[in-house]
Amino acid sequence: MKAVVIVFPGSNCDRDARVALEAATGRPAAMVWHGDPDLPPADLVVLPGGFSYGDYLRPGAMASRSPVMQAVIRAARRGVRVLGICNGFQVLTECGLLPGALLRNAGLRFVCRPVTLRVETADSAFTGGYRPGDALRMPVAHHDGNYFADAGTLERLAGEDRIAFRYLDNPNGSAGDIAGILNGDRNVLGMMPHPERAADALLGGTDGRALFESLAA
Amino acid sequence: MKARVLVMPRSGVLDPQGKAVAQALAGLGFEGVAAARQGKVIELELAETDPAAAEAALAAMCERLLANPVIEDYTIEIA
Repeated sequence: MKAVVIVFPGSNCDRDARVALEAATGRPAAMVWHGDPDLPPADLVVLPGGFSYGDYLRPGAMASRSPVMQAVIRAARRGVRVLGICNGFQVLTECGLLPGALLRNAGLRFVCRPVTLRVETADSAFTGGYRPGDALRMPVAHHDGNYFADAGTLERLAGEDRIAFRYLDNPNGSAGDIAGILNGDRNVLGMMPHPERAADALLGGTDGRALFESLAA
Repeated sequence: MKARVLVMPRSGVLDPQGKAVAQALAGLGFEGVAAARQGKVIELELAETDPAAAEAALAAMCERLLANPVIEDYTIEIA
């Protein structure tokens, strides 16, 4: 599997994502700068966590309009897998690849701690390495992770089995305890928790590793 | 031509910042603040001189970048 990690000014989990991908695939992952208008051939594009463009205007707003994102959107529509983690999830909702939006945390505080997620569906390339109902521990680190969508969208996401993960201990006020969602074609996943920070025992947990291994399989 | 865009959270969308502002005002002893909503103001200087054309351009800017229509409403003011 050829993986590409997009680097925006202000990304700060790009190298963690690269390490997790390279461990899972055994192949180098390409790093692509936000100003590039094209992507190298890729099976997976990762939009990493961080504070792209300093969260100016809205988190993810500037990044989602950057030159490379036009190429990412075209790739996603061709079926290339796209994984947005944390700020990457915000970019995916801002650019329209995923529905809804991520609001300021209901408690108004930046939340940085491990949370427990429940796997809601194993029916995707991202979650195929888990079983529905599995409880995973991985960290969150965000100020704007409060998932919002209108009632019709929430109903559609649940009805189409597109909720990938829910929080067991909702840290941010997200509607329906939603921690991660898939697009209709199931090739785009956005999630606020950080699987790349839970992919090596040295970092305190390995519950995120199966996500990368499942993509590499 | 100068223009001002007001971006506000849509009604029905949780506005925790506005809520915190209202609570802080109450904490300072300002009574009777039933609610506060927090948005943002963006001031622009445009080369356009025709108000109708400017308004159309600003609406497009709001739709494509300045506001997120999922969670925000916008108002355009042209000076």
